[in-house]
Amino acid sequence: MSVLFTLLARDLRQLVLGGRRGGALLPVLFFLAVAMLYPFAVGPDAPVLARTGGGVLWVAALLAAILPLDRLIEPDLELGLFDQWALRGISEEAVIAVRVLAHWLSFAPPLMLAALPGAALVGIDGPTLRTVELGLLLGTPGLAAIGVTVAALTAGLRGGAALGGLLVIPLAVPLLIFGAGSLATGGESGLALCGAVSLVLLAIAPFAGGAAIRAGRG
Amino acid sequence: MQVCSLAANDIACRRGDRLLFRGLSFALESGAALQLAGANGTGKSSLIRILAGLMPAYAGSVTRGGAVALLDEHPALDPHLPLGRALAFWQKIDGPEDNQAARLGLSDLMEVPVRFLSTGQKKRAALARMIGQRAPVWLLDEPLNGLDAKGTALVEQLTADHCDSGGICIIASHQPFALAGMKRLDLATFISPPPGEGSGGGGTAFDRRAADPPPQPLPDGEGL
Repeated sequence: MSVLFTLLARDLRQLVLGGRRGGALLPVLFFLAVAMLYPFAVGPDAPVLARTGGGVLWVAALLAAILPLDRLIEPDLELGLFDQWALRGISEEAVIAVRVLAHWLSFAPPLMLAALPGAALVGIDGPTLRTVELGLLLGTPGLAAIGVTVAALTAGLRGGAALGGLLVIPLAVPLLIFGAGSLATGGESGLALCGAVSLVLLAIAPFAGGAAIRAGRG
Repeated sequence: MQVCSLAANDIACRRGDRLLFRGLSFALESGAALQLAGANGTGKSSLIRILAGLMPAYAGSVTRGGAVALLDEHPALDPHLPLGRALAFWQKIDGPEDNQAARLGLSDLMEVPVRFLSTGQKKRAALARMIGQRAPVWLLDEPLNGLDAKGTALVEQLTADHCDSGGICIIASHQPFALAGMKRLDLATFISPPPGEGSGGGGTAFDRRAADPPPQPLPDGEGL
């Protein structure tokens, strides 16, 4: 157990500070940039912005989650860390599960905070913002699970980062449909389904990611 | 240190469509050392990874009695961290045992980020990480790469101490490695026939070995 905490502490340090590869600030700035650009693109029509703003925040969050993909798994694989963990009996599944948690902690809370100024930029009202925040809270764990799994699958491939981005998008479609869809209906059922999709993805991620790391060896 | 053992039973290794070696067997007990020799590309590193359990053997099995520590070309230390903190990460996982950093000449480098270390210094740091693991079986893949004469002597002394205390050392190196009582295994003697050769039923030496791999006695190291 203490080993897992040691891994989590290291993962958080790597992902939040980020070393030379850019830390947790980058996705947040990207998210805010999209929210800022959107009113410029569609014009200052308040009703249109208010009706579509929530969906834009969702798309921005999804795309922002792709940014840290190339530093989730690849650097540690190159350093030989996964080999050393395997020799110590720390399974790939445990490492991946810890990494999903660290990845979520490093990008989801900052993104949910950034959604507050983001909501002001696209001019959505209070109840819609509440639905967006709840949706992000339920949907981002799934995004984190997809991100780590895809990063494990594409680690070591030439152009893995670009390929990873393309792979994340179709996998994230269910989260987007239920998460952003709950904005249109205003209902709890969309949020519940978004959370359910997240749970399924979280359950799959450690095993899919672990298998990918092992298959990449040798 | 606890009693340990490491045995390879009739291992074959395939990389792509090439069979690198086949019919390789040995058994090592506590205190034994083995040098894997052979030209570049004969499968020394692959065999080390098979022995570590990181790569499946194409055929055969490995029996490990004891934890395994691996030293290869990856130092497994975070490049942007100061050496002291990078080593401390592994000490948190492996326990706070002495990793002999002072003996490895790392005392003055603890504040230096790992990415600024030279090749030889990185190798010494990786040795400290491996020693701190306190595993009875050491697998060393080209441990002398990048080390100066003093470093080479130090690694030879460290492996000798490890074997004296009951550990097992397997050293994959094409360079001479001085260690008392070390056996030597040349991977070239387990090589499989190149594609096309021997397929005509000519009965080459390779074919006979392939058909019935004889037990390979381990010749003693030179000068012992």
